[in-house]
Amino acid sequence: MEGFKMKIVVCIKQVPDTNEVRLDPKTGTLIRDGVPSIINPDDKAGLEAALRLKDEFGAHVTVITMGPPQAKMALKESYAMGADRVILLTDRVFAGADTLATSTTIASALKKLDFDLVIAGRQAIDGDTAQVGPQIAEHLAIPQISYVSAIENKGDHAIVKRSFEDGFQMVKVQYPCLITALAELNEARYMNVKGVIDANRELEIETWTFEDIDADPAKMGLKGSPTKVKKSFTKGVKQAGKVIEGSPKEVAMAIVDKLQEKFII
Amino acid sequence: MQFTLSNEDLMMRDLFRKFTENEVEPIAAEVDETEEFPVETVKKMSELGFLGIPYPREYGGAGGTYWQYINCVEELAVACATTSVVVSAHTSLCASPIYEFGTEEQKQKYLVPLAKGEKLGAFGLTEPNAGTDASGQQTTAIKDGDDYILNGSKIFITNAGYADIYIVIAMTDKSKGLKGISAFIVESGYEGFSIGKKEKKMGIRGSSTCELIFEDCRVPAANMLGAEGKGFKIAMMTLDGGRIGIAAQALGIAQGAYNEAVKYVKERKQFGRSIGQFQNTQFQIADMKTKIEAARFLLYSAADKKQKKMPYAQDAAMAKLFASEVAMEVTTKAVQLFGGYGYTREYPVERMMRDAKITEIYEGTSEVQRMVISATELK
Repeated sequence: MEGFKMKIVVCIKQVPDTNEVRLDPKTGTLIRDGVPSIINPDDKAGLEAALRLKDEFGAHVTVITMGPPQAKMALKESYAMGADRVILLTDRVFAGADTLATSTTIASALKKLDFDLVIAGRQAIDGDTAQVGPQIAEHLAIPQISYVSAIENKGDHAIVKRSFEDGFQMVKVQYPCLITALAELNEARYMNVKGVIDANRELEIETWTFEDIDADPAKMGLKGSPTKVKKSFTKGVKQAGKVIEGSPKEVAMAIVDKLQEKFII
Repeated sequence: MQFTLSNEDLMMRDLFRKFTENEVEPIAAEVDETEEFPVETVKKMSELGFLGIPYPREYGGAGGTYWQYINCVEELAVACATTSVVVSAHTSLCASPIYEFGTEEQKQKYLVPLAKGEKLGAFGLTEPNAGTDASGQQTTAIKDGDDYILNGSKIFITNAGYADIYIVIAMTDKSKGLKGISAFIVESGYEGFSIGKKEKKMGIRGSSTCELIFEDCRVPAANMLGAEGKGFKIAMMTLDGGRIGIAAQALGIAQGAYNEAVKYVKERKQFGRSIGQFQNTQFQIADMKTKIEAARFLLYSAADKKQKKMPYAQDAAMAKLFASEVAMEVTTKAVQLFGGYGYTREYPVERMMRDAKITEIYEGTSEVQRMVISATELK
C-alpha cells in the first residue's frame, strides 16, 4: 500500500545456549555464569519473520527485550541481522519476574510504541512456559494467534498458519495483533559484516527503566510474581528404555509379564 | 604484547564460524572431490559482505578492520581451504592494489563492485619462466594510442575464469629491467583475453587455477595501475599483504586438522583405552596446540601492524613462513594420529594435509619468505 509502512515489534529473550541448564539449588534460578548466551530460537524465528516482511513490504522492525544489561548482546545481534530499532528494558524493579510480571512489564513498554504487529517466540528454551506472548496480547487487548508456522501479509490483515501436533488452522487476523512464532517458521538469516560493525560503532541501544513506562511497581519483578518456585532439581538419570518388537498381542503380553514380574500389577 | 578481541571482533568471529559450520563444512569434501569452484558459497559470502571487509564504506566495503578480514579467511580455512583462498586472492591481491595504488576513477569503477562482492577479482604475475624470479616477465604491454596492447601468458592464476577483474603485470619497457614493468586492470570481457588450461592440483582442488592468455589484448591506458614502470613494486607490495592472507589460510587449515585430531583421539580406543590417554598422543597434541598458537600470534601481529600502517613486510613473511610450515606439520601429525583411517577420504585430515602444502609454495615459497626475512636483518 502506498505510503503505508508496517510497524512490527519483536519481543525476544536472551537465553543460555545449552541443554544442560544448571540451577542454583538454593534459589531455583538459572546459573548464567560461563554459559554462552543466544537469542531464544523461537524468538529468532519471529525476528526473521519480521525481517522478511520488511524485505518484502518495507516494514519498520523494533526489537525489545527485558533482561540484565548483558542482554544488549542479543539486541546487537538483532540489529546486525537487520532490525531498525532496539530497546532494552532493564531495572532492578523488573528482576525476579515470573511470566505475569514479565508480560505486564513488556506490555507497559509496548503501550509506548506504535505497532501493527507484535511477534513473540512461542516459548523460551530456559522456561518452556509459552505464557508471556499470549499474556502480552491480553494486557494489550489485541487478538493473538499462537504456534504460527507461516505468515502472509495482506495489507490490513494477515493470514497465518497455526500449527498443532496433529494438524493446522489457517487464521485470518486483523492488525494490530500478536502472534507467537515457532522455530520451524523459517531459517533465520546470519548477521552481516556491515551490520556487526554498525551494531558496535553506530547503534545506541535505548535503555528503558521503570521510570520510562507507566506501570504499577507492585505488579512487576519478584513483588508482582504470584508464581513461587518451591523447589528446583535436576532430573535423575533413567536407564535406557527397551523396545519390544512383535505383534500387538505379543508385545502386550510381554508388557503384562514385565509388570507382573515387578509386582506392579 | 597481547591481542584482546573487542565485542565487535567476537561477533564477527561468531558470524564467520556459524557460516563456516553451516555453509562451508558440509560441502568441503564434495568441493575437493568434484574440483568444482564453490559458486553458491561465494554468492552467499558476497551477500553477507565477506568480500570487502577491510575497505571503507565509500568504496563499497564494510569498513571493518584488517584483523576481521584475516579472521574471515582463517575461520573459512578451518573447514575448507578452497573457499578461504577465493576470499584471500580477491581481497588481498585484486581489491588491495586498486585501493592502495588506484586513481579515484579506478576505485569507483573497479574497487566499488569488488568490495561490494558484485565482482570477483584475481591477480596475474607468475609466468612459465617467471616464478620465484618474478622479474623475468615476458608478457608485454606496448603503448598504442590511448591503449596498451598486451601479449603473453600467465600461469597458476587463482580465481581465473570466475573473476571479472584481473590485475595483470606486464613489461612495458624491457630495456629498463624491473623499472620497465607495469600493472594493469584488465576486465574479463576484453577482446584478446582468454582463459587457458585449468590445472589439476594436489590440494585446494575446488579453487580455479588457470592460465591467462593475452593475444593483442587492448587495455585502455586509463587502466594502468600506478605510474608506468611501477608494476614490480606494486606486485611486491601486494604480495606482502597477500602473505598475511595465506598465513591466515594456513593457520585455519592447521586449526581444522587439530580440531579433528582432538575429537578423534578422545573417541578412538586401542589397548582398552582412548588413544588420547597415551602420553605419546598427549605430547603430539601439546606440540600441535603450541605451534598453532605461536603461528596465530605472528599472524595477528602482522595484521595489526598493517592495520596501523606500520612497516609489516618482514612480519608478513615470518607469519606466512611459520604458519604454512605449522600447517604442514600439524596436518601430517593429524593423519598419523588417525592411522589408516587418516589416509582415507572417510575423514577430512588427508584433504587438509594435501591443502596445507600449497601454503608453503604460493604467494612466495618458504625460501622466498626466508630471503625477505633475512634481507631486513643483513642489510
